[in-house]
Amino acid sequence: MQVNRRSFIKAGSVAAVGSIILPPFMQSCQYIQISESVKSYLDHFEVSTEMLQKVIATAMSKGGDYADLFFEHKTSNSIGLEDGKVNRAYSNIDFGVGIRVLKGDQTGFAYSENITLNDMLNAAKMAANIANSNAEFNVGAVNEKVPASYYNITKKWSDVSVKDKVPFVQQINDKIFALDEKVIKVNAFLNDDTSYVLFYNSEGRLTYDYRPMIIFGAVCVMQNSDQIENAYSAHSFRKGFEWLNEDLVDELAKEAVDKTNILFEATKPKAGEMPVVMGAGGSGILLHEAIGHTFEADFNRKGTSIFSDKMGKKVAESFINIVDDGTLPNDRGAINIDDEGNDAQKTYLVKDGVLNSYIHDRISSKFYNVDPTGNGRRESFRNIPLPRMRSTYMEAGPHSKSDIIANVDYGVYVDNFSNGQVQIGAGDFTFFVKSGYLIEKGKLTQPIKDINIIGNGPQALADISMAASDFKIDKGTWSCGKDGQTVPVSLGLPTVLIKKLTVGGTNG
Amino acid sequence: MTKEEKYSLAKWAMNHALENGAQQASVSISNSQSSSVEVRDEKIDKLEQATQSGLYIRLFVDGKYSAHSTNRIKKEGLARFIEEAIEGTKYLTEDEFRTLPAPELYYKGGGKSLKTLDSEFSKIDPQEKINLAFAIEKEVLGKDERIISVSASYYDGLNERVMVTSNGFEGDTSSSYYGLNASVSVKSGDARPESYWGESAIFFDKLKKEEIGKIALKRATDKIGQEKLESDKMSMVVENRQVGRIFGPLISALNGSAIQQKNSFLIDKLGEKVISDKLTLIDDPFIVSGRGSRLFDGEGLATKERKIFDKGVLKTYFIDTYYGKKLKMDPTGGGTTNLVFKTGTKNIEGLVTSVKKGILVTGFNGGNSNGSTGDFSYGVEGFLIENGKLTQPVSEMNITGNMKDLWSNIGEIGNDVNKNSSWLTPSVLFEDVDFSGI
Repeated sequence: MQVNRRSFIKAGSVAAVGSIILPPFMQSCQYIQISESVKSYLDHFEVSTEMLQKVIATAMSKGGDYADLFFEHKTSNSIGLEDGKVNRAYSNIDFGVGIRVLKGDQTGFAYSENITLNDMLNAAKMAANIANSNAEFNVGAVNEKVPASYYNITKKWSDVSVKDKVPFVQQINDKIFALDEKVIKVNAFLNDDTSYVLFYNSEGRLTYDYRPMIIFGAVCVMQNSDQIENAYSAHSFRKGFEWLNEDLVDELAKEAVDKTNILFEATKPKAGEMPVVMGAGGSGILLHEAIGHTFEADFNRKGTSIFSDKMGKKVAESFINIVDDGTLPNDRGAINIDDEGNDAQKTYLVKDGVLNSYIHDRISSKFYNVDPTGNGRRESFRNIPLPRMRSTYMEAGPHSKSDIIANVDYGVYVDNFSNGQVQIGAGDFTFFVKSGYLIEKGKLTQPIKDINIIGNGPQALADISMAASDFKIDKGTWSCGKDGQTVPVSLGLPTVLIKKLTVGGTNG
Repeated sequence: MTKEEKYSLAKWAMNHALENGAQQASVSISNSQSSSVEVRDEKIDKLEQATQSGLYIRLFVDGKYSAHSTNRIKKEGLARFIEEAIEGTKYLTEDEFRTLPAPELYYKGGGKSLKTLDSEFSKIDPQEKINLAFAIEKEVLGKDERIISVSASYYDGLNERVMVTSNGFEGDTSSSYYGLNASVSVKSGDARPESYWGESAIFFDKLKKEEIGKIALKRATDKIGQEKLESDKMSMVVENRQVGRIFGPLISALNGSAIQQKNSFLIDKLGEKVISDKLTLIDDPFIVSGRGSRLFDGEGLATKERKIFDKGVLKTYFIDTYYGKKLKMDPTGGGTTNLVFKTGTKNIEGLVTSVKKGILVTGFNGGNSNGSTGDFSYGVEGFLIENGKLTQPVSEMNITGNMKDLWSNIGEIGNDVNKNSSWLTPSVLFEDVDFSGI
């Protein structure tokens, strides 16, 4: 075993191997990785069930209805290439516990970066203040819950040396330069995260999760006479080191070059309303923005979503089924448990065209008197959970992609996006199209680029008139922001036709 | 942690790095506290409180570079954290451009007091904070039958940081902030337009504590009946608080990294007129109690007042030490401090009055800008302007164009700067903007 050779990426983290100086929290597990059991997680965070119960009792001491503790230890590593060299690395360690107390739908929250009993009790006292009576809380039995495992991996990132990661980043640079002589710059990156979570609540549930995440990709800059364009490719999964291989490097390199090349010929379309065909995969951004956020039950509970009164009503054609799913194997949006300790699920938001379920956290599922859907997520121990999406997609439909395109006389085909946004109450949503094509008389013609498309959620959902059988989940690095919190998500779609959306472009 | 404790830990960490294989290092230690309360339905909806600490270390090891941060700042754990970071750095490739700044460029003390910290921070009664949020909510509750949801929040925080480098820099900063927000949703038919308003300040006494709810309510009800208009080329007035969204890409294009990595539409343009002569802009780090005021930047470089655009002529890029070396240019600091626009004579109403047909943009919805070409497209909402009057609320439209063209087509710069931000943006009138709608 190499001593201090595999160390960089796990600086100070759980999987420190053969180190001489062990930080205190390491002593219980030595260099052996934390194993998948409650005991191992308790040891890792240097807490006992008795301590957890004491903290919960303090959190509940002012008459709260419910309290939970969310311990998290996250190590992030990034290596980067610029100007031909893997010449930079960044890492971050984040460690602490968030303590939350609920009284009805009111929330008290505090966190501590130190996990001593005293620090935790102080934070618990602050969070307890959301309630204002005095109450005796009887600590119940501890109920250990073994989580599902939707992201089995072979080699954990905490076991991988920076030395073993560098060649892949170098290769993607070299491949991109080899593919096209117009390439003038490449920025490549490999970012891995490892997060350990321990959860305990006033109902006695004690559970844990190990959450790996990897992002690998590159930005490609190309020049053609005096025109410079850039595009990037990046994939992300809850996978381990075994995911990296030469085929992946080839795929990403080609994707980056192809996406950049198309921009040299691309123009802007004519401004206005027109049919929009959304290609399979990344077009799932449509669901995320047009429908997903407005289905988040905190907005609906407060009556502020445009979908607030639509439960059980027909909102789309009968062949449309839309799912928010936390159980896709190794998916970027997968979670074994949500951040309120509930099981992840596959939740039908729209079933046969009818609004079937909102996206719930604990507060909203109590409000609506439904079972939790496992959507209570938070960015870190510093944040309170909110109803958040996981992987949001539409299942395959009855049409074919070629029929869908043939159906459009004049419109756009879009399949490469950078970002989107929605206004929950008005329902207006947007997504930014990096590149796509005009459709003229049923055929893809001129490439287009850099245009925003805007529509209204309920209208766009009702306007999906065709959906193909080519459903796929996008591999991209989607991150979703809400109330200042970012969580990883994924999305997917078969090719669909939307009768009309407003497409950015030029006039006259 | 006291300032002395932070300095002591930072120097210890820096020395530990130098003793274990790093030839140069810089270390920052920061700590912060924050609290917030959000109220709804005359009850506290969320009460949050936090304190946090962190260490950030930049390592220069055998010509190689890495940077690391952690919130576990006890010495015993930090020692190993630093040693492992140094070990790992050795596997990277050498980068001849990576060094600490030249010591003569560092801030050396003696600068004027920028007054970025409220010394009364810890003395404000927590109940008073909660009451302020309730007072804002009360400005709205029951004031309009179309209201479906109101929330109001108060937040504050304190940030302190010290930084040391192995070639002689020592510096510390501290700042405070306070804010109040209101968010209001109203119902009309199926649509539930919402709006938001907020105020913030460095000093509690200076925080505007009234009218916030009232303004949020008016902005929400003003949206009732929003419509999409026909696509057209029109004038556009952008409200001061929203200008940053379309000004940001211009600033990003001046960043040293963007220039050197060819992700800018303003490469090799120093000294050239690139946008309208109506735009003159200064970066002023020394405004007393300015939101972006600072005596030194993130590397310790002494800040200076700099002209960014002079009547449309580009005067400076934002160059840090690394990209300065790569570009063979002198460092100017890695980013903006306070951006001060040369203002015109009209406020937003004056600008609107001068428009025959156009759109007043009061909010953006998504969209993006292509860094290397400046091509942009953004979703917008606001109001139709006809003969100087606002006649119709508008939504679900896009503007599309190129940043250089947009900023070359300035009709007039307003005089109503947004003091809630380090970018002191006034409202701006643009001509000939492509709107897409029906």
